[in-house]
Amino acid sequence: MEWETVIGLEVHAQLATKSKIFSGSSTTFGAEPNTQASALDLAMPGTLPVPNEQAFRYAIMFGLAIDAEIAKISVFDRKNYFYPDLPKAYQTTQLDRPIVGPGHIDIELADGTQKTIRIHHAHLEEDAGKSLHEGSFEAGMSGIDLNRAGIPLVEIVSEPDMSNAEEAVAFAKKLHSIITSLGICDGEMSQGSMRFDVNISIRKPGEKLGTRTETKNLNSFRFMEDAIKLEVERQIDLVEDGGRVIQETRLYNGDTKESRSMRSKEEANDYRYFPCPDLLPVVFDDDYIESIRKELPELPDARHDRFMEQYGLSSYDTNILSNDAGMAQYFETATKISGDPKLTANWIMGELSAQLNTADLPIKHSPLSAKQLAGMIVRIADGTISSKMAKQVFEGMWNSDGDADSIIEAQGLKQVSDSGAIEAMVDEVIANSDKQVVNFRNADESKRPKMLGYFVGQIMKASKGQANPQQVNEILLKKLNDLL
Amino acid sequence: MTIERADIEKLAELARIEINEATIAETTQSIADVLALVDQLQAADTEGVEPMAHPMDAIQRLRTDEVTESNHRDDFQAIAPATEAGLYLVPKVID
Repeated sequence: MEWETVIGLEVHAQLATKSKIFSGSSTTFGAEPNTQASALDLAMPGTLPVPNEQAFRYAIMFGLAIDAEIAKISVFDRKNYFYPDLPKAYQTTQLDRPIVGPGHIDIELADGTQKTIRIHHAHLEEDAGKSLHEGSFEAGMSGIDLNRAGIPLVEIVSEPDMSNAEEAVAFAKKLHSIITSLGICDGEMSQGSMRFDVNISIRKPGEKLGTRTETKNLNSFRFMEDAIKLEVERQIDLVEDGGRVIQETRLYNGDTKESRSMRSKEEANDYRYFPCPDLLPVVFDDDYIESIRKELPELPDARHDRFMEQYGLSSYDTNILSNDAGMAQYFETATKISGDPKLTANWIMGELSAQLNTADLPIKHSPLSAKQLAGMIVRIADGTISSKMAKQVFEGMWNSDGDADSIIEAQGLKQVSDSGAIEAMVDEVIANSDKQVVNFRNADESKRPKMLGYFVGQIMKASKGQANPQQVNEILLKKLNDLL
Repeated sequence: MTIERADIEKLAELARIEINEATIAETTQSIADVLALVDQLQAADTEGVEPMAHPMDAIQRLRTDEVTESNHRDDFQAIAPATEAGLYLVPKVID
């Protein structure tokens, strides 16, 4: 009998505030260790937290984007546990009265159908510091960096509504798209800005939920998909061999494609939650929430529909260009200048995406700006350069700040569109190709188009690749037909 | 609710507090007394009463999102037992 997989996600997204959730320390990524850790972040006695309003605004924006109810009164709780990267020995979080209540996110499955994934709630909390187990320090010690301690997180908890790895990844991507479109998180998964924990269990259809495991620290969509498949397989093998799944946290290693048990939750975690006495209830009225709703930026679904209508691209192209906020912005900026949506889309999804992929860069850090790319597309569209030359221009722009025109000029890439010059070249090639001309004449009419390749090749060679290929074809065909 | 020696031992473990043989009986009794008081409170009729999140009838003031702290790492690390390369050092912990 087939097994059914049940998957729920817990997603932590670092909110893009300038300062921390309870202190005025900077949140800039990559600073020297502990230079952004204040007395409050270090849990020094006598310090008191004051919540950052922007963290709430961002959480509310998210809640509104997923049709959730926003709590007019929300409360912070303490979750108690001991770990050196948590100096207070408790994490300030929200348990019973989170800022964002139940909502939903709709995903599109591979077959084009829609599925609704319910969101249980989303709450605000503080991030912990970082423990480094290897470094220049003494063996047997761990190094603690508290720069990350206190960075605001929104934790988004889904209902167990996903039934395979593909759905879970589609959900994660949609969530990433919503969050980056809102601009509330930079979405840089490799820097830990967005982290996914996956709860997985298996059951026979119709039976009650099986015991679940939690796989943590999945920092790419690829790892997430692999880790889910691996865990489902592990659970099925285990149960079919007569074993049972124990509730535990597992760690997936993307390099070795293996997972291991991190800690058992057999003895259920006892976090001894209680309302944080240092913080009062946080209250928002309808006007406040409505003012945020009015300022919500365009969301991925709306952008998708607009792209379809405005740019007349295929559904496939539109999905790629509109899902990612950075990609969408790049495309729109470039198209506005180039005036050619289709050609712009092709270059972004083709050459640019390939180069970014190779360099492992997100589009917002592209060495080639939307303006530069658009400048090149204008020159393809007006016939100044061929698509083939454009590749050289692209490369030139990728490696410098120069615009398309200066690279075309510097590398002498101008396409020859002067029909007189092209005619002269065609005449010369025909004059020097007696044998091929005879063959062309004697060939069956249906075979002739294929025989043009030789002549075109010679002409392009003579023009050092700069002749306008379309004009070459037209003139060549006319002249050869005249000889018949 | 009754509290037993085993409960105190577990709580001590969770709270990383050492309670030795000499004081465990006394601690168990003290906590049992507090819980007896809680039982008394729980006898009160709270039907229709919203649970409070805080004893003060006030709401939280929020900060604007500004960086107001500067780097005082050297001062903080001067009083730390062990540091290196800007990190606080602690006995190795791996989950």
